[in-house]
Amino acid sequence: MSCNSSVNLSFSFLMFLFADGAVAEIEKKIIEAFEVFDHECNKTVDVREIGSIVRSLGCFPTEAELHELLAKVEEEEPTGHIHLEKFLPVMTKVVLDRRYRPIPEDVLLHAFEALDEHKCGYITKEELVKYLTKEGEPFTQEEMEDMLSTALDPETNSVHYRDYISMMIVDET
Amino acid sequence: MGSGSSVNANYKYSLQKSENVQTLPDETHPAFKAAVLIQQWYRRYVARLEMRRRCTWRIFQSIEYACEQDQIKLHNFFSYLMDHFTPSSSKERDFISRMFISGESFKEAELEKYCDYESLEVPDSYTGPHLSFPLLPDHATALLEAFKHKQQLHARYLLNLLHETRKHLKQLPNISHVSTCYSEEITVCGDLHGQLDDLFLIFYKNGLPSPSKSYVFNGDFVDRGKQSLEILIVLFTFLLIYPKEVHLNRGNHEDHMVNLRYGFTKEVMQKYKVHGKKILKMIQNVFCWLPLATLIDQKVLIIHGGISDTTDLDMLEKIQRNKFVSVLRGKKRKESNRNVEIQELNGESKVEADPAGNEADPSFSLQPRPAQAPSVANRLEFSKWVRQTVQEQIEWCRQLVDISESEPEELTYSSVVSLTDLDEPCWTRQDEWKQILDILWSDPIPQEGCRVNTVRGGGCYFGPDVTGKILEKHNLQFLIRSHECKQEGYEFCHNRKVLTIFSASNYYEIGSNRGAYVKLGPDLIPHFVQYQANKMAHTLTMTQRISRVEESAFRALREKLFAHTSALIRAFKAYDKDNTGRITLSNWATAVESVLHLGLPWRMLRPQLVRSTEDGMLEYKSWLDDLAMEQRSQEHIQSSLLEVIYRNRSNLETIFRIIDRDHSGLISSEEFHQTWKLFSSHMNIELTDDGINDLVRSIDFNKDGNIDFNEFLEAFRLVKQSQ
Repeated sequence: MSCNSSVNLSFSFLMFLFADGAVAEIEKKIIEAFEVFDHECNKTVDVREIGSIVRSLGCFPTEAELHELLAKVEEEEPTGHIHLEKFLPVMTKVVLDRRYRPIPEDVLLHAFEALDEHKCGYITKEELVKYLTKEGEPFTQEEMEDMLSTALDPETNSVHYRDYISMMIVDET
Repeated sequence: MGSGSSVNANYKYSLQKSENVQTLPDETHPAFKAAVLIQQWYRRYVARLEMRRRCTWRIFQSIEYACEQDQIKLHNFFSYLMDHFTPSSSKERDFISRMFISGESFKEAELEKYCDYESLEVPDSYTGPHLSFPLLPDHATALLEAFKHKQQLHARYLLNLLHETRKHLKQLPNISHVSTCYSEEITVCGDLHGQLDDLFLIFYKNGLPSPSKSYVFNGDFVDRGKQSLEILIVLFTFLLIYPKEVHLNRGNHEDHMVNLRYGFTKEVMQKYKVHGKKILKMIQNVFCWLPLATLIDQKVLIIHGGISDTTDLDMLEKIQRNKFVSVLRGKKRKESNRNVEIQELNGESKVEADPAGNEADPSFSLQPRPAQAPSVANRLEFSKWVRQTVQEQIEWCRQLVDISESEPEELTYSSVVSLTDLDEPCWTRQDEWKQILDILWSDPIPQEGCRVNTVRGGGCYFGPDVTGKILEKHNLQFLIRSHECKQEGYEFCHNRKVLTIFSASNYYEIGSNRGAYVKLGPDLIPHFVQYQANKMAHTLTMTQRISRVEESAFRALREKLFAHTSALIRAFKAYDKDNTGRITLSNWATAVESVLHLGLPWRMLRPQLVRSTEDGMLEYKSWLDDLAMEQRSQEHIQSSLLEVIYRNRSNLETIFRIIDRDHSGLISSEEFHQTWKLFSSHMNIELTDDGINDLVRSIDFNKDGNIDFNEFLEAFRLVKQSQ
């Protein structure tokens, strides 16, 4: 995106004017999502819930990216709670910048195919567990079991990933 | 639950390792990248599921509490009418008095005579369990077996059981004292709400009550579930067999006025067609004798709802608890307080006549004659006239009302007359009533302070400071209460000083929540056991469970939206000044909340409620039409009428049941007319006589002048389908 800076400036100025209503709406949505997890109704949430909140607003961050985000919204002395007033501006920017984009279906398919050594259309349970609990940003045992409960075909003891993806995508809408 | 964790220990560890060792895992390895992608995508899926789960929960809760608020509003309305309304004809007088007099408690002798069981013969053909008194453990096992096989206890034994239970309860103090030194552990169970399967599961997991197994059941045994009677029978049986080990607390649903709305009355009448009325009368007189609280080792207080800043255990111990047959009707107070309290308790509902009192012409001394009714053809005029007439009547009554009427024995309508018993306490009947109301209806909140529980319409919201004070004053360690459904069956709050225990699993829908019970030993450290009484719930995956519950919640929500169609259109139009028929989704959310007042995250729920939009704008009329399509069951009834019925359906059902004194399921068309008139004038509904006639015609299926209101409610799908 190489534009000269003065064009950038006036462009963002215009964006600012038009986007004001849109920003207000984004903020309202973020506050709503935040409040769903605000059990004590005091504008704070447990730090462990931030992942759920960010993800339910349409973002697909990795754990590392979430970690980065947290650093921006935590208090200097981490208390285990995040305040709305710190979270809101950071999250608003995330949404406006369209960060942590969704993963398209075909990219997801390629990912599963990459793990399917013999390209036979399925991955055995053992292999999937090995990859997802040892590689990347490893699953906890609970996460792995949860995924298997829907993904695993008990007869073949493997995951037929095309079918699995199609099913999950439908669920999403 | 859910993997929203943002700090994943495994990840940190592997990252460190790769930094140090620099051999594996190799970030450029395709497997690494692929794994990250899959994990990233999956975690997002789970987070969305978690959000959906929480939203669903919020929907159910807000609708449930809004319904309870309805209940209280309705009774405030009745109380107010009773205090103010002077019927203009003897027919009207009978009608009104029937609404209020039902439910007085009988004197002892009358009760024995009316609810006599000895004359009931048990036929040889009866294959159910036989009870003889005093009860023995074998009787209990026989009952449990019988209920497992869906048998029914004969009315004679049931009435006998109820009489004996009442006799026993009468000797108990208001606050039961229990000690852990006589039994190893005490098990405390929360709301059961007629779900017998959960009780069976508890007994299966924990053992039956016995000399070495004490139980406390913390109220709300009945309503909503379909086996409330069976639960009562089982609990009362164990209560009589093991009086030292089994303790029952009264809940807000141990109240015949609440039972009229929430299904227990109906269940009894369906199961005991001949003797149902007697049984209900007996049960009413058992409920009022249930103790109000239980105290374990003087350290743990167990009450059904909660406390308030005026809760006084000493007063609670001295109250004559049986005087409060229904906690919902125990009020009558000085004129000056009335307006304020009614407005408080009514929240948003318009008590039409009341504020008008201020503008009254003080020279009114004769009963005003209702002016000639305007032509029925002019809807607006007619309803205005109805309202005005009612208003005038009420106005006139206000000046004549005299508080010091002599009270019926059971003191349903308390007065500002103080008690005259030995101790000569300085509190009033009013104070007593508030003590009980607070104990049975209050909810804890995170914020400090104590305020009126406007959501439920009764009791208070109490904060951690209120808890702290009570614990300190009476040297207690913590409180155990129920009253609110919790996802995991139990939940702590107020810094672990208040424990909510809820024992009805799958309360909203299969898979919605677990049930739990808590065990306390001499160390008073709570141990929890959770369960879910439905095989299906276990076989469903997390996704399926959440989808099921969610579907149910949204169905209920869409119905509520439909019930407010007119108000919604008005709200939408306010954002659509140019009359384009479209509004932004943002305005949609704001408008919906302003009408429904449910406090729900509408923007999060929007994708499930609004299917199609065009460039971020919603065509609201067609959206509302779609909602109506789902609800339509009677084509020939105009949709505005349908909407009114839906909005007030539980009130309608309750009113029907009150009018139907002999519980026959029938009321006359005339009674229906009168109910509707009264009700609509209070609720500010504009309907003509024509509209009402249409309705009557459509539901008087036999054309014999009688309305079978069960059929009516079912025809309009106003009752929940049985699951």
